[in-house]
Amino acid sequence: MGSYVLRRVLQMIPVFFGSTLLIFLMVYSLPGDPIVALFGDKAADPAQVAALRQKYYLDQPIWKQYLHYMGNLFQGDFGTSFTGRPVSEIMADAFPVTIRLALMAFVFELVVGLTLGVLSGLRRGSVVDTVVLVLTLVVISIPVFVLAYIAQTVFATNLGWVTPTVQDSTDLSQLILPAIVLGSLSLAFVARLTRTSIGENLRADYIRTATAKGLPRRTIITRHLLRNSLIPVVTFLGTDLGALMGGAIVTEGIFNVQGIGNVLYRAINQKEGPTVVGIVTVLVIVYLVASLLVDLLYAVLDPRIRYA
Amino acid sequence: MPDIHDESGFEPHPKPGVDHLDYAGEQGRVVEEDTLIEPDPAKREEARSLWGHAWRDLRTRPIFLISVVLILLLVIMAIFPWAFTDTNPRASDLVNDYLRRPDWTDFFGAGWFGYDGQGRSIYARVIYGARASITVGICVTALVTLLGGLTGMLAGYFGGAVDAVISRITDIFFGIPLLLGALVLLGAFSARTVWSVVIALAVLGWTQIARVMRGAVLTVKQADYVMAGKALGAGTGRLMMRHILPNAVAPVIVVATIALGGYIAVEATLSFLGIGLQEPTISWGIDISSAQKVIRTAPYVMFFPAAALSITVLAFIMLGDAVRDALDPKLR
Amino acid sequence: MTTAVDTTKSARQAPYDGPLLDVRDLHVEFVTREGVARAVNGVNYSVSAGETLAVLGESGSGKSVTAQAIMGILDMPPARIPKGEIRYRGQDMLAMGKEERRKIRGQKIAMIFQDALSSLNPVLTVGFQLGEMFRAHTDASRKEAKAKAVELMDRVRIPAAKDRVGDYPHQFSGGMRQRIMIAMALALEPDLIIADEPTTALDVTVQAQVMDLLAELQAEYHMGLILITHDLGVVADVADKIAVMYAGRIVETAPVHELYASPAHPYTRGLLDSIPRLDQKGQELYAIKGLPPNLLRIPPGCAFNPRCPRAQDICRGEVPELFQVTEDDGTEQPGRGSACFFWKETLHGSRS
Repeated sequence: MGSYVLRRVLQMIPVFFGSTLLIFLMVYSLPGDPIVALFGDKAADPAQVAALRQKYYLDQPIWKQYLHYMGNLFQGDFGTSFTGRPVSEIMADAFPVTIRLALMAFVFELVVGLTLGVLSGLRRGSVVDTVVLVLTLVVISIPVFVLAYIAQTVFATNLGWVTPTVQDSTDLSQLILPAIVLGSLSLAFVARLTRTSIGENLRADYIRTATAKGLPRRTIITRHLLRNSLIPVVTFLGTDLGALMGGAIVTEGIFNVQGIGNVLYRAINQKEGPTVVGIVTVLVIVYLVASLLVDLLYAVLDPRIRYA
Repeated sequence: MPDIHDESGFEPHPKPGVDHLDYAGEQGRVVEEDTLIEPDPAKREEARSLWGHAWRDLRTRPIFLISVVLILLLVIMAIFPWAFTDTNPRASDLVNDYLRRPDWTDFFGAGWFGYDGQGRSIYARVIYGARASITVGICVTALVTLLGGLTGMLAGYFGGAVDAVISRITDIFFGIPLLLGALVLLGAFSARTVWSVVIALAVLGWTQIARVMRGAVLTVKQADYVMAGKALGAGTGRLMMRHILPNAVAPVIVVATIALGGYIAVEATLSFLGIGLQEPTISWGIDISSAQKVIRTAPYVMFFPAAALSITVLAFIMLGDAVRDALDPKLR
Repeated sequence: MTTAVDTTKSARQAPYDGPLLDVRDLHVEFVTREGVARAVNGVNYSVSAGETLAVLGESGSGKSVTAQAIMGILDMPPARIPKGEIRYRGQDMLAMGKEERRKIRGQKIAMIFQDALSSLNPVLTVGFQLGEMFRAHTDASRKEAKAKAVELMDRVRIPAAKDRVGDYPHQFSGGMRQRIMIAMALALEPDLIIADEPTTALDVTVQAQVMDLLAELQAEYHMGLILITHDLGVVADVADKIAVMYAGRIVETAPVHELYASPAHPYTRGLLDSIPRLDQKGQELYAIKGLPPNLLRIPPGCAFNPRCPRAQDICRGEVPELFQVTEDDGTEQPGRGSACFFWKETLHGSRS
């Protein structure tokens, strides 16, 4: 088990550097001069531009910029945005909001998705199963921004249960609707994945054995079926928390949640390189840590991996 | 082998020797496996082919037929949009106020679905919007299947260092969510066409197919017929193209079909956010975005492009689902 | 034999001298997309305490489906039992409630499956899975159950049982896993064990060991045993009587050695003839021509007729019942039956 963890951690290192380098290249080596863009329509003063370039290390070759950035990163310094505000400060404001939103979405998808998946998986072909299948298919097909507008129109405009946009992102009750919208796509995947997994495992030989042993149905389902069926679902769920945070751009935009998605969206539009790189780097780290945890959890759930 | 009949008081009879009876067990098993796989001899040949079987199965599935008809219709719409409407989708006439409700009597006419905020025919724009979505969907899928298929194949077939390098590169791309990466990548361009969106999505999306292909090749590589081909001295190229590829391609096709719907949704999302396609390209995503301004007073301005987009995505996902079910005997 | 049945219905554990298990006219069908597959078409057999019945047949002959129907582990739907009785100690299990049936499963009738690796839960330790028997059917605590599990593993001669009780199924060899399956079946000392191809998945060298262990334990506990197999070699050694199945029917029953010496059904004959024999070296091996029938379209008359060398018109028109096999002088051969119109000719043919 120890060597397994070590191997997984070692594998993460090249992936971390690779992903951050990729983002770095995408932000800094592509056309469009951020410094010139900073001046907007005004004619830029060449001397000022050169000074700014030097300040932000942009006069260096791209690989030097990257090394410089990484060096600072390991000292906890995410750099400074072009507006002069430290990127870490910007993130410290926005990340907690997004984490709250993503966690709520995650809990929603976990509880509702698993329940629906188990119910329909246990009763394949039943009315419940058909309803779950059709609903999840609809949710998967409707793009999230359309879904967001439908939710907003129905629950805020027509029913008046909630305000159409979030006024105070520390108020969890205001985050419920955006969280449901954000989690709905993953919820559909979780439900379908659980359903398939349960269906497959129901037909497994060891379930037949458990029945032949004369175990009560409850015991067969909770002890034998669920644990085996949840292994693939756990994989999905683990990587999904990061995806929810990264995917919050649309939802946060429509519901006016002042989280990381909104900040990132503005930063991309304003070619705010340091902010974009900083946020995406953190998201990559979240993703990597989550997939490491998933792999460890996987080993806990499945002894065949633990002892391999 | 001790004779347990003595214990139970059973008188051993003159009987066929134990030795060759054991043999018989082996022999009997071979016969059994040979003859019992498919009881009906007429169907034997057909059943051998995964695709033949899948096709017979698919023809009877309503979901498959519906999605195929929808997709054909969408493709025709993308190629010959003028066959569906006489109206110029870019013609703006503010006489046609968006507050004029959809006119259900105006079949296939300019006012059928009403007019948008700039007085353009929503019906015409829905028809013409198919081209961008279908082009992006099909081109991205073609590119990722080529790129991902090739790299996945190399990784799976050669293993070792090749696999290690390709797998790590795949991991790197996997760390960056598709939408996020596309936003950053496309954000750098000030003028974006369908092709820049296609390239951006393909560059970021190929890893999914690569992983699937690698897994499939690894499985197929273990199969006896591949070993046999190798033993008979088939060259690497021949082995890959004739033996491995046809048998590894099924999961790739399934994933690619479902992903196609996903790419269309991502394109629409990018366009909606203003970082995808730009006017004058007609895109459902852009139309949905501009409909935001009038959503309170005229929700249908958003409804029709949103419905078209959802149905398109749905059609590809249903197709992929149906093909997967048909190809996976376990689920039957 | 059947008169005692109804009178003892009330007391399950009362002294009972009928057969332990009595299957009567059992029918099982599967509803599939292509139609109704008739997997079992009127099977009759019985097993008494201490007796071993071997059910012989190819896959698709209905031998495993019959066993699953007895255990009550058929998936219904798609399976259904339109007709028949399965009597355990005289009581029809098909008429019992779910809970009553569950209590018989594992406790009174236990089953051993072919592939122990897939039949054991991969994520639970073998000790836990063995102990589960006691926890489900008795009020044993977790600790007691574990101690019993160790005892059972010792009983089936798994070395170092105490250390291995916490291991997972994939950590055992194939033969050891099958021993665990046997231990599980034995746990509550059932009256009857159904072993569905218990050695097929094992190496030839291990097959004999596992089979011997099973036979030995059966004798020790005086259990009934139904041994389902297609392997004629396994049968010859351990069975008392044999039932040969074809297309969901029993085509021949006989005490084991009589069946080998003089089969009374052309199908049995064909099976025995397709065994390679040392004394017929160099000759071409006999094979039954044709293929087993598709269960969706079982041929009319005797199901074996399209493949039978003796088939006449009557075989294509009428379903043969299980005829009592007699000696030439007309005395009944006890326990022998053949579902062939030409059983006499077959019997004589096989003696020549």
